[in-house]
Formats: sequence, structure tokens, C-alpha cells
Amino acid sequence: MKKLLILSTALTGLAATAQADITVLSWGGAYEKSQVEAYNKPFTAETGIAINMTAADNPATPIKAQVEAGNVTVDVADVEYADAIRLCDEGLLEEIDPAILPAAPDGTPATEDFLPGALTDCAVASIVFSTVFAYDASKFPDAPPATIADFFDTEKFPGKRGMRKGAKVNLEMALMADGVPADEVYAMLETDEGIDRAFAKLDTIKNDVVWWEAGAQPPQLLADGEVAMTTAYNGRIFAAAVAESKPFEVVWDGQVYEYDLFVIPKGAPNLDEALEYVKFATDTQRLADQAKWISYGPARKSSGPLVGLYEDGKTEMAPHMPTSAENLTNALPSSYEFWVDRDSELNERFNAWLAG
Amino acid sequence: MADITADIAPGPTAGSSDPAAGRLTTADGQPLARALARAQARSRRRALLLVAPLLLFVLITFVVPIGQMLYRSVHNDAFARNMPNLAIWFADHPAGTEPDEAAFAALAADLQKARADKTAGEVGTRINYEISGTRSLFTSSARNADDLQPPYRESVLALDEDWGDPRLWQVMRGASTAYTASFYLAALDLTRDETGAIARVEENRRVYVRLFVKTLALSALITGICLMLGFPVAHLLAVLPLARSNLLMILVLLPFWTSLLVRTTSWMVLLQEQGVINNMLVAGGVIDDGSRIRMMYNQAGTIIAMVHILLPFMILPLYSVMRPINPSYVRAARSLGATSWTAFRRVYLPQTLPGIGAGSLLVFILAVGYYITPALVGGASGQLISNLIAYHMQDSLNWSMAAALAAILLAIVLMLYWLYDRLIGIDNMKLG
Amino acid sequence: MALPIYASPLERVWHWTYRVLCALIFLFLIAPILIVIPLSFNAEPYFTFTEKMLSLDPTGYSLRWYDLLLTFGMQAPDAARDGGWWGDVWRNATWVQVAKNSVVIGFFSTLLATALGTLAALGLSRPEMPFRRSIMAILISPMIVPIIITATGLFFFYSSIGIRNWGVPYLGVILAHATLGIPFVIITVTATLVGFDHSLTRAAASLGAAPATIFRKITLPLILPGMVSGALFAFVTSFDEVVVVMFIAAPDEQTIPRQMWNGIREQISPAILSVATILVVVSVLLLATIEILRRRGERLRGVTPA
Repeated sequence: MKKLLILSTALTGLAATAQADITVLSWGGAYEKSQVEAYNKPFTAETGIAINMTAADNPATPIKAQVEAGNVTVDVADVEYADAIRLCDEGLLEEIDPAILPAAPDGTPATEDFLPGALTDCAVASIVFSTVFAYDASKFPDAPPATIADFFDTEKFPGKRGMRKGAKVNLEMALMADGVPADEVYAMLETDEGIDRAFAKLDTIKNDVVWWEAGAQPPQLLADGEVAMTTAYNGRIFAAAVAESKPFEVVWDGQVYEYDLFVIPKGAPNLDEALEYVKFATDTQRLADQAKWISYGPARKSSGPLVGLYEDGKTEMAPHMPTSAENLTNALPSSYEFWVDRDSELNERFNAWLAG
Repeated sequence: MADITADIAPGPTAGSSDPAAGRLTTADGQPLARALARAQARSRRRALLLVAPLLLFVLITFVVPIGQMLYRSVHNDAFARNMPNLAIWFADHPAGTEPDEAAFAALAADLQKARADKTAGEVGTRINYEISGTRSLFTSSARNADDLQPPYRESVLALDEDWGDPRLWQVMRGASTAYTASFYLAALDLTRDETGAIARVEENRRVYVRLFVKTLALSALITGICLMLGFPVAHLLAVLPLARSNLLMILVLLPFWTSLLVRTTSWMVLLQEQGVINNMLVAGGVIDDGSRIRMMYNQAGTIIAMVHILLPFMILPLYSVMRPINPSYVRAARSLGATSWTAFRRVYLPQTLPGIGAGSLLVFILAVGYYITPALVGGASGQLISNLIAYHMQDSLNWSMAAALAAILLAIVLMLYWLYDRLIGIDNMKLG
Repeated sequence: MALPIYASPLERVWHWTYRVLCALIFLFLIAPILIVIPLSFNAEPYFTFTEKMLSLDPTGYSLRWYDLLLTFGMQAPDAARDGGWWGDVWRNATWVQVAKNSVVIGFFSTLLATALGTLAALGLSRPEMPFRRSIMAILISPMIVPIIITATGLFFFYSSIGIRNWGVPYLGVILAHATLGIPFVIITVTATLVGFDHSLTRAAASLGAAPATIFRKITLPLILPGMVSGALFAFVTSFDEVVVVMFIAAPDEQTIPRQMWNGIREQISPAILSVATILVVVSVLLLATIEILRRRGERLRGVTPA
């Protein structure tokens, strides 16, 4: 029995070292890595606060579940725009006063330095990311796909498709592929006919789709040869193509771009440290640093000029950013006004469609 | 126990109230029957005392949590709590009353309150469970609720004419009390129409019944395959000499002891389009590179991996029934002129029925509740009801719906468990 | 099962078909478990056999995925491999952290399940036990109830009692895993008590032995093999459990299977296969232990193997 006691004390001691100071919930994979390198490591070095990174398919849902169940373990989360607005509207997030955010190096206050819409009552944007489609160049040596319509054309471009399991972005892309101009997509989706039309377009490839949930999955599906093309977050494809030299090509036609934002769930166990982290991570230099690790555009104007080369020291980042001019010729800014109210309804319909 | 006492202290004299009692006494002069009864009661208490800590533990960490969760399937106060004025109006007016100016005034007041308290999303979500497309009605109306003024009826309808929909009022009436059966209705693809009668939901939203049927059908299929594969193997193990069968038994027990995730990973490695099996088939010239077989991210993946994982649960009970079967019965049948098939069918098979029953029920029970494997290898078509419960728990956050589905699944499983106990007896469950 | 000499030709054909069939089913059972072992030594980031591997070229094999298990999540994986590097591994490497969590959770939940389960099994196997059947049904039910239902129930229950604020690390997961392990302890310990001769304890009592002595000297040696194999079952149950961990564990309480779940969904690199290989080795060891215990138990009780 005494041995047992000693053993159990030893095990408890062993467990205590695993404690982390704050918990950040993000999207995993290459994106998480860029956050660890650009934000977490310097933050821990400066403040001594250790950071425990965890991943979710979409951090907004565990946040909502935790706050509603009264069981919050996450201090900071990284969410999409519509989710940030909705969670804030529902009183599930701590408010973040933009005045506490650090000013740009030239003294421009944060409220003017951030891109339009990047600061909301409860959230601070860090990056602009985009959902694009990408293909395995070795599968299409002669005539590679070039437009969003090609993604839905399995006759001309045979092979399985990867798509995110959810309504958002898929409906927009389906309409654009069906010939709807980018600036009319949301007006169309406001109507029942528009939604039917989007689902009808999705129907045409339904049997060829492999559905993904976590952002790290699509590059893996491409690498494994499970799909010939897939929708994906552009930074993930960039990371696989540049860092792992995979023959993946991004098609920017029909891309849907938006902000990713930091939020603090209501009742976060370490509110002060969480605020420190958000302030630290969204200063000019940090946002520029992140672009060294992944091809997402910083949400501050003052970070723009500081973005240069990928961490390999030779790849120019600008052409890989969702916001560069040549990538924006047929691009759609995601509408949070639309998704904030319609997200759950359309996902419900999407799931019924998927099961049917 | 009563019959034991009766044996020792026979006849009508056994009762302790009987003054004539005490023909048989213990050393200290007590009637034996009473002493025995007391001793019996003491040992019963002691036996109970030994079990009590665990029983209490299981009640607290298992039975109570599940009960509490199931309570959510009939209790949801998201609407009643946040829309108090409307709840009062519904309580005061019987079903079928046309919403009057007072009703719209209550609605306007509640929407203003919802805006102030940031609860419009919660309320809208609750109604949206039953009428798709209403969440946005609540959130956008609440956003503009401060502009509402008398006459409220016109004012609210000007905001959005959907507020005049009688079905919406019917659903709000249903939600205005915290206790509801609507999640069970929804779990059976049913709903209430504007008159309050129960009706089926639209074609494109019927999901749950189909999935329950699919879960049961797939579980039955998996059980059948397990039986087909498990029977010959168990038979071989049972008739081989013990030393050799123990050696072969390792091949059954090793999978049994190997982590579920390891086994699922292995199947992913084997079944992928670029995986080991497809590569072998391509290399062997059976199929060409362009027509690789799709064995994963669909029902086939779920079935193959689950059969592999559940097969030991079939083989072990079969084996423990087959081992003691005396081979001389079959030999006798053969010597009496039965063909080997007849001898097997009429003599051997009936003796293995308890094993078949135990193995099949166990595999079926475990299969019905499977979650991990379908989630990883099942794709969209290979999902079972557990995956949908997890979806409502983790993604749609419709917890009452998850609870209602869980309650139905639990009822199915407990029924099978009861059947297992009746037919086989829980105490006869063996491991390894 | 030798073929009798009077067997007809058809029966001979059937006899051998049957043998081949059984061999194929055994292959189906065991091949998926063995296949991951060679693949985990792949030098390439694929999980299929490369040309080099098939031709047994040593350069086709490597330990790089095992190395990745150590370096993944480290602060400075490229530093010189001295004491400081290993300290970094111990403190920060993700797989090492989750392995530690798994061991801690597994150890305490096994301890709890075995202690409570054995006591209850002793009570349940007494002939005087009232409501035996229904109590047994309740205690075995955690094994039968779909894990997703248990996990969701615990998620709400633990949230409502605020178990995380009690300051005991891992408490929720340990209690849950103990509950899941209890049926195994009960089944194995009860099995060793089947045919238990109660006159042994009565004889000891009549000779003046105290209950504690009776337990230590008579009951314990008899049920020990059952206790240990029950404990092993309980440990494996906890060690392999992922759904409850997914629902109720705090971010710093993730376990090996939870991390594998992440890895499988995001990328099945051969690193996952090297974890799988290690786990297969662990299960071989456990199986061997169980087998030794079973034989010992049967010898002790004088039961000839059925």
C-alpha cells in the first residue's frame, strides 16, 4: 500500500507539470503552427505565460457550447466573422475595447490602423483568409482547371472533389459556378429560388464529393490522392505546396474571403492574460510576422509593408495573398450580414440534403 | 430463504409470536428460527454493504448524469424564460385564439427585452428548431424592436409580415411552456401543423427515422457477417486440441486487446484509394490505376472496420458454448445414417444456439451505439445515429434534440439488454 | 479434428475448403494489426509499401516517425540532443504529454474501479445478496450504454456541478473512466468466485479468524487473478477511451487516443502508425499477462480448463 501511495504521489506530481497558463483554441495544422511561431513563442518569452494550443473544426461551436453549459476552459479563440458577430449578439463573448489595442509604430491609433470592419465590439481581426479551390497539378497536366465552374465540371475534369461539410462558402461557390456574378450572389441567396439553385448545382457533384471538416484535411486529401480537387483555406494549400513541395495549384477564381478574429469567451478562466495575449498578437509586427509562416493577409494597414518573404527566405508572399489585386478579379467578400442570421437554418438544410 | 427456515423449524410453531415456539433453540435459549432469521438478515445487510459503495458511485457518476441529460429532451425553457409577456398571453388565451393587439403588444415588449438582454438568438433558435427560417426573423426583428409603437399589430407586421403566420403562433404557443414533447416528435420526423395536429415534416427534412432504420439495418448486417465469419472460426477453435486452439486463440484475442483507434487507423491504411489493398490490386493487374475501388468514406468502410472490431465479441461466446459440446452426439448421428450436413443441422447447430444468441445480441447491442469508427471511415453515407447525436451535441448545439435521440437509442439498447439478460443472463457474460 | 477415414470425397473437399476459409478469417483478424508495424518504419511520408521497402532495401526504412513523436511540440527540436533536449521532450513534446495524461488517468481510474468493483463482486457473489439480478444489471450497464450517451450526460452533469473548480486535476475523466471500467472488474472477479466454497471462510471463522484475516488469507489469493485481469481490462478501457475525453476533458487533459483521433482526421502520416505500433506492442504485453494470470488462476482453483 505504501508503494502505491508513493507511486500515486509521483504520478500526481507528474501531472501538475502539464498545466498551462492560458488556452488558445484555433484551427489546427499549418495555421496553428503560424500562430505558435509568430505569436505564442515571443509572447511566452516576453511574459512567461505558457500557452496551450488546442484545435477545433470551427472554434465557434465549442465556445458556444462551453459558455451555455457554464463550463469555459478556453481563454482565447480564433473565429470567423459571422460567428464573432453572432456570439457577441448572444452575449457569449467578453467585450474588447479597441482603445486598449497597441497603436501602429507611427502612432496611428489602432481604430484607424485596422482595415475597415476588422474591429467589432467583441472581436479583433488578425488576418484575411480565403476559401479557394486547389488541384493536384499532376492530375491535370494538359488543361488545368481555371474557373470555379471547372470545379463543378466532373466530365471535363474527372476525379473526386473535396468540400467543407457545411453550407457556408459552398452555396456561394455553387452559384458563382452556375454563372451568377459575385456581386449578386447574396441577393440571390436571400431568395428561396436562389438557395434551391445553389443546392441544385451542388447536386450535380454530390456523389463525387469527399467532405472535410478540419482545415488540415484538404491538403491531406490531395496528397493522398483521395481527391483531384478540393476547396480549402488558401494558406493550407500554400503551406503544403511551398513547405512540403507538393504539386498543388490554387485557383483564385471564385474565391470567398473574410476576416478571422480573436475573441474571448464570457467567463474565460484567465481574462487578464487573455487580453494581454490579444493585444500582443494583434500588434503591427506580430501580424506581419505571421505572414512569414502562412499566406494570410494581416488585418492592419501598418503591417502590410512589413510583409516580405516566406520563412524559407526566397518565396515572395504577395502573390499568394487573398487580397492581392490579381487574385481579386472574380472574388467574393463573405457577407457576415447574411450568415449571422442564416447560418443555422442553411446548415440544417444542408445536413438534410447530405443525408438524403 | 423462507424455505430454509421452514425446514429447520417446521410446522405452524415456527412463528416467533407463537407462545409455543422454541422447540428448537440456540445455546442461549433463543428460538432457532429467530436467530437464524437474524443471522440471515445480518449477512444480507453485509452483502448489501459491500455492494453499496459501488452502487452509489455508479448512480452518481452514471445513472444521474444520464437521467439529467434525458430531462433536457422534454424540458427547454429558452422561449418561456426570455419571452415572459407572450408566455402570459398564451396562458390566458386558449389554443385557437387569433393573436389580438394585446398579443402583438406582448410580442413587441418581449422583442425589446430580447434586444436588451441579447437573447433574441436563443429564442429564435428555439423556434427555428420547428420552423426552419425563423431564427433570422427573431434576430432581425429584435434589432429593430425599438422602433415598434402602437398599434403594435400593424407595426410588427410592417417589420416582417411573417409574424402573421398562424403556424408560427402555434409553435410559439407550444414553446411558451418549458415542458414539451416536440423534440420527440422531431426525432420521429413529426411536427405539429397550424391546427396543432401531428403531421409528418416535409420530405426533404425527414432524416431521423431513416437514420434509425439504417442504424438498425447496418447493425443487423454487421451482426450477420460476424456470425458467418465467427461460427467457423469458433468451431475450429473448439474442436482443435487445446494446445493448438490456445495458440490460435491469440489471433482472436490480440485484436480484442488492441486499441480501437489503432484498428481503425489500420483499416484506413488498407482501404484508402492509395492504400495497401488498392495498390496490391493495381500491382497485380486486377484493376487499372484509374479505377481504384472506393472502400472508405462510405458505408463499405463502416461495415468492414466494424466487423473486424466486433468479430471477437462473436467468437468468444460461441467458443465458450462450443468447447464443451460432446463430439459423440454428432458421431452417433452419423453412425445412425445421417449425412454430415444433417448431423450438423439437426444435432450440432441446436446445441450452439445459446452461443449464437449471446454473441449476436452482444454484437448487435455494441454496433447500434457505435460512434468512433463510422465517424472516421464512414464518410457521409456511413454515419450511424450516434454520429447524429454527436452532431447535435457539438455542431448544431440543439441539445434537446440530441437528448431526445439519445433517449430513443437508449430505449432500444436497454430493451436488447433486457432481452440479453432474460435469454443469457448477465452473470454469464465472459471476457477473454 | 482429423478427417475420419470414412469421409466421402465431397467431405474431403469441404474439409480443406473449411480450413482455408478459417485461415482467411484469421488473416482478416490479424493482418490489419500487423500491417501497421512495417509501415511505421517507412522512410517516405506514405502509408503504403514503397518499392524500396518491398525489395528490403535498408534505405527504405527509417526511424524518422518515431523521432517525430519525440520532437513534435517541442520548444527547440533542433537543439543538440543533450540533457536539456530530453528535458524539453519531457516537458513539451505533445505525444509525451498525452502519454503522461493517459497513464495518470488510467492508473487512478483503474485503482478506483478495482477497489470498488472487487468489494461489490464479493457482495454480489454471496448467496444472501438481495436484488442481485437488478443490481448486477445496473452495474454492468456502463459497458452496454452507447458511449456517446454516457459522454453527453457527463458533459452536462460535470458542467452543472462545476467539477473543474474543485481543484482536482483530471477528476472528471478519472471518475468517468472508473465507471466504464467497473463492469470488467465485476465480471472477472465474479468469475473467479463461481464455485467458491463458502465453507472455507466459515471454517476459518469457526477457527477464530478475524474477517480481515479471512479476507487476506483465503479470499484474496483466490480472487487475485480475477482482480488483476479485471484491473488490466479497466486500464485498457481507460487507455483506449476517446469519446468521454473529447466531451469532458480540459485542453491540458488530452490523452493518447484523443491525440490519435486528431492525427487520424488531419493527417495519417506514418507518425500515427508508429504510435499504433507502440500500442500494439503494449497490447501484446497485456495479453501475455492476462494469459499467465488465467492459467495461474485455474491452477490455484484446481479448475481444469473448460
